[in-house]
Amino acid sequence: MAKHKTPMLDKLESGPWPSFVSDIKQEAAARAKNEKGIDYQIPADCPDDLLGVLELSYEEGETHWKHGGIVGVFGYGGGVIGRYCDQPEKFPGVAHFHTMRINQPSGKYYTTKYLRELCAIWELRGSGLTNMHGSTGDIVFLGTTTPQLEEVFYELTHNLNTDLGGSGSNLRTPACCLGQSRCEFACYDTQTACTTLTKDYQDELHRPAFPYKFKFKFDGCPNGCVASIARSDFSVIGTWRDKIRIDHKAVAAYVGGELAPNAGAYAGRDWGKFDIQKEVVDRCPSDCMSWDGKKLTINDKECVRCMHCLNVMPRALRIGNDRGASILCGAKAPILDGAQMASLLIPFIKVQEPFDELKELIEGIWDWWMEEGKNRERLGELMKRQGFQRLLEATGVKADARMVSEPRTNPYIFWKAEDVPGGWERDINEFRKRHLR
Amino acid sequence: MAFISSGYNPSKPMENRITDIGPRDFNEFLPPVIKKNKGKWVYHEIIEPGMLMHKAESGDEVYTVRFGGCRLMSITHLREICDIADKYAGGHLRFTTRNNVEIMVDSLDKAKKLKADLMGRKFPGGSHRFPVGGTGAGITNIVHTQGWIHCHTPATDASGTVKVTMDEVFDEFVNMRLPAPVRISMACCLNMCGAVHCSDIAILGIHRKPPMIDHEYIDNMCEIPLAVAACPTAAVRPSKIEIGDKKLNTVAVKEDRCMFCGNCYTMCPSMPLADKEGDGIAILVGGKLSNRMTKPKFSKVVCAFIPNEPPRWPTLAKTIRHIVDAYAAGAKKYERMGDWAERIGWERFFEVTGLEFTEHLIDDFRDPAYYTWRQDTQFRF
Repeated sequence: MAKHKTPMLDKLESGPWPSFVSDIKQEAAARAKNEKGIDYQIPADCPDDLLGVLELSYEEGETHWKHGGIVGVFGYGGGVIGRYCDQPEKFPGVAHFHTMRINQPSGKYYTTKYLRELCAIWELRGSGLTNMHGSTGDIVFLGTTTPQLEEVFYELTHNLNTDLGGSGSNLRTPACCLGQSRCEFACYDTQTACTTLTKDYQDELHRPAFPYKFKFKFDGCPNGCVASIARSDFSVIGTWRDKIRIDHKAVAAYVGGELAPNAGAYAGRDWGKFDIQKEVVDRCPSDCMSWDGKKLTINDKECVRCMHCLNVMPRALRIGNDRGASILCGAKAPILDGAQMASLLIPFIKVQEPFDELKELIEGIWDWWMEEGKNRERLGELMKRQGFQRLLEATGVKADARMVSEPRTNPYIFWKAEDVPGGWERDINEFRKRHLR
Repeated sequence: MAFISSGYNPSKPMENRITDIGPRDFNEFLPPVIKKNKGKWVYHEIIEPGMLMHKAESGDEVYTVRFGGCRLMSITHLREICDIADKYAGGHLRFTTRNNVEIMVDSLDKAKKLKADLMGRKFPGGSHRFPVGGTGAGITNIVHTQGWIHCHTPATDASGTVKVTMDEVFDEFVNMRLPAPVRISMACCLNMCGAVHCSDIAILGIHRKPPMIDHEYIDNMCEIPLAVAACPTAAVRPSKIEIGDKKLNTVAVKEDRCMFCGNCYTMCPSMPLADKEGDGIAILVGGKLSNRMTKPKFSKVVCAFIPNEPPRWPTLAKTIRHIVDAYAAGAKKYERMGDWAERIGWERFFEVTGLEFTEHLIDDFRDPAYYTWRQDTQFRF
């Protein structure tokens, strides 16, 4: 028997998409039944109270959660988000209901053994409710009390060899696409890069010392499955700088209809016979391909690696062999000064262990941002405020025409004294000898 | 309840403390076929919606079955997924960046059995537990934020709006018949911890009433200079107020400057914005992340406000339906929603979707606004 009546939420149990209400109810029922005789360390009925407080929000159209207090584990400034209910008497099971962010394995592969171990910790010491995963990529443990934070942390570190993720003004938990583990488009090992940099920057991840959050994201190719170009301060996007590998027999097979274009991704509608001229050659954004009826030719020098032709004919066209990544900086969501897309800093860099070149760039950026960034100013906003040139100075990178979509239209160049012969020191009296007052 | 110690000793927190170890090494979790062929995959095929085959140089094939999950997931649900992965896939699985789950098996036959098993499992209310789909030119799972279930700043609920949206477009999750992929994302306030600003369709919670001020408490609850500095439009200024015989430090808000971002409330709990009538949803469309054919781009606001209508948000669901239907009917193959809108012109986009264009949709926030006004005569009648 449910603890609270939830007539509005009950209406979210119908319809084909998985119902989170049904799922929370099954967790509430399992805890009420407690077949394994678990000595729950936080109120057993917290899923009931969570549904109760959510129903109240559905009635009133307003949230009932307060700002987080300062809670966490000893020595860390992140990884735990304090959360308190503003109706604790009505819903005592969720009066204190903190979130813990657990650093996910790169690429989000799991064994059931490990997942079950995580579940066991969270059954005993938390609400039994999770997010798989949070927006940044962490495993999110949703709801526990303050005394359980250290206990969960101790069990994670001692028994599962697993650490917390980031929150607050620090390095947020880095994330990557599944990369080379199961994708033919991946131009570098996103998982190894992500895990290595996460481990190398543990201090920055756990102990807030930055003006605001900082995110790394690793996309294996310009298809951008992990959204690094829109969501990360330091975006690593796989690319190549030689030639697309062509299997001409496979091209012919696509044209002849023996192979399904787009790996079958458009198979649900009759789009007519595959037309390589119309669907591939004419759609190339840099017009670098041609088809003479028999042979596909690519002028690789003009290719901008948009991925379209590879996506359409994955069995015929493959990424080049001279692979690495482009680095783009400064993306963020709109708060505060409007959304920013990441801007290209490095057209091409090799991405190989131990990733020293990446780290050199990152540390140059951090030095500048920690020195100049205002409270709660993201890297992209600092770049906007002080100019792209300061980013070049901070990283020791030389300007390149690839860094702009077009040169400036205004001539208001901030020349420096050292740019101009003789500098800026002049004698007005000498000037007046030539130009009378 | 008796307290069960993990081994942690609160009086000696540093005793045997393990810190800064980072995540578990992903290599421990890769299925054998994935580990063996890493970096050596040749191509993939989507055999049917929700089912992929990847082929390696070695000739190995791995069949992946993808199904949607609620990002909010109980351990009971997770254990059921584990049971399925144990039964079919030797105890291996993965999650995608969009809250889907993937189980990998070694034959097409096993993949088909797995798909049938997953599709057969339902909750008592009738919803699927593990709907298979989310591949190719369709609508995959929605990435979203917490909403009313666990956040202090939301203007709407996340899980509920996602549920009604996915119910509405469920046919597109289990099919691949749209002109291109349509990525829907949901963030329950402008903070956008879900970063929805580059989505084909973004559902965004917004406030419309300026903050109230808890004058008697604000000086104790908040750092007033931080609250003042938090305002991007300088609408918040330090102020004093007399309540009874007490003269208190507080803030004043110039309400006509407020853009309802909620950043002040993020910094100062004594400035709440949430309001039943004020809060609701904006819809943005036409953003994309990939570099495929056209450049990544931001989503644009095409619907300034839809009221919160829990539990099923009918206006939201209907509006998204109209947008998806108009796109499906009008876009060319490979054309993402934003590319389609740009080709037909935004004036035509409003015509074919039936959405009303209002003055709220004309940008008036700082310099970039100017570049979005039409500075040519190449419009359509």
